[in-house]
Amino acid sequence: MTEEVIRTDAVVVGAGPVGLFAVFELGLVDVKAHVVDILDRAGGQCTELYPEKPIYDIPGLTVVTGQELSDRLMDQIKPFGAEFHFGQRVESLERLGDEGFRLTTDAGTTLECKILVIAAGGGSFTPKRPPLPGIEAYEGTSVFYSVRKMEHFRGRDVLIVGGGDSALDWTLNLQPVAKSLTLIHRRAEFRASPDSVNKMFALVENGDVSFKLGQVTKLHGTDGKLSSVTVKGADGASFEQKAEVLLPFFGLTMKLGPVADWGLNLEENLIPVDTARFETSEPRIFAIGDINTYPGKLKLILSGFHEAALMAQAAYKYVYPDKKLIFQYTTSSSSLQKKLGVL
Amino acid sequence: MARITFIEPDGTPRIVEAEPGMTVMEAAVKNNIRGIAAECGGACACATCHVYVDEAWREATGHPEAMEEDMLDFAFDVREASRLSCQIKVTDALDGLIVRVPEKQF
Repeated sequence: MTEEVIRTDAVVVGAGPVGLFAVFELGLVDVKAHVVDILDRAGGQCTELYPEKPIYDIPGLTVVTGQELSDRLMDQIKPFGAEFHFGQRVESLERLGDEGFRLTTDAGTTLECKILVIAAGGGSFTPKRPPLPGIEAYEGTSVFYSVRKMEHFRGRDVLIVGGGDSALDWTLNLQPVAKSLTLIHRRAEFRASPDSVNKMFALVENGDVSFKLGQVTKLHGTDGKLSSVTVKGADGASFEQKAEVLLPFFGLTMKLGPVADWGLNLEENLIPVDTARFETSEPRIFAIGDINTYPGKLKLILSGFHEAALMAQAAYKYVYPDKKLIFQYTTSSSSLQKKLGVL
Repeated sequence: MARITFIEPDGTPRIVEAEPGMTVMEAAVKNNIRGIAAECGGACACATCHVYVDEAWREATGHPEAMEEDMLDFAFDVREASRLSCQIKVTDALDGLIVRVPEKQF
């Protein structure tokens, strides 16, 4: 938690390829940027969903993987020294008169900026909520999608569901503090690291962890306090499992999140923009990449790059209202080459 | 050309035509089948194109490979008939295929 306010020209929400390239285009016109992303690294969907998948439609690159593209963009924007705030989501937006905005993240970071660039793609990655009837009533009291404080689970009957690294890691970490720990997964194979799986089975052997095959189908409890769940076992027969706390780990999905509350016009969870400036219904707030919509929109990375370039021209006028922007090429402009550190 | 029947979560059957070579997920998205989200666009990375293959078509569509089986861990209410539709390639042999879309993908 920091009380200090960070002041900058622009805040870019989203560190996917388009957000990263926005830093480049803004940098060329001397607009300094900070970048916020919910994930713990750059790349957005490219690195989260398909780091190894080849992309064939980036101009000039016959083939590039999601990870490589992200790495190359990070390298390309290095001269502009943008600061990254990873693992954080912008929660609130406050208007500072006509001059800009104050943004606060869920980690308590406060940023003040003159322009805001929303490059949030399909939204922020959030844990999947299993479609169990009535699960909302237990969230925050008995059902958790992440572990913030281990102490919270001390002396409780903990049930973890899933077979990935999160499920296995928390099984190992919470076992010593929980009263009892049960892991439920639909099969005996795991996509987690073999080391964690071995450690988990060792705990099972010792009687410290209970591992059961099955899938949770129903929750039981009152007033947000979970008491048990119904599990459909591998043989198809259902059984009841005692649980005070349920931690379901089913991976991440993209949700628009707090952006929906910032007073912007939305069309089916997308942000309409004009195609000259890529500005939203709110002055000084731009939207680029997969999150925006306009007639003819294509959700392509290359379209997002184009949008970033035009956005930067419009952003410049807000940051430097008294200056006139002269259009220049990186091939010939010594001033641009200086900014890029190649001259 | 293969005709595929998607039974939407509310029971509505939707028959669509699919070109061999495309995936069952692509056929669904192209025809706005309700309940197929396909968030990752076919990278076998999100488990939001989960379907149940009709009993009669289980052999013809084959079984999930290791990566798909791993990704099915992120789907809800996984059954014997579960597949990720982005991993089923349409062929002429699948003409008449029937798949059910789960109540919710998450």
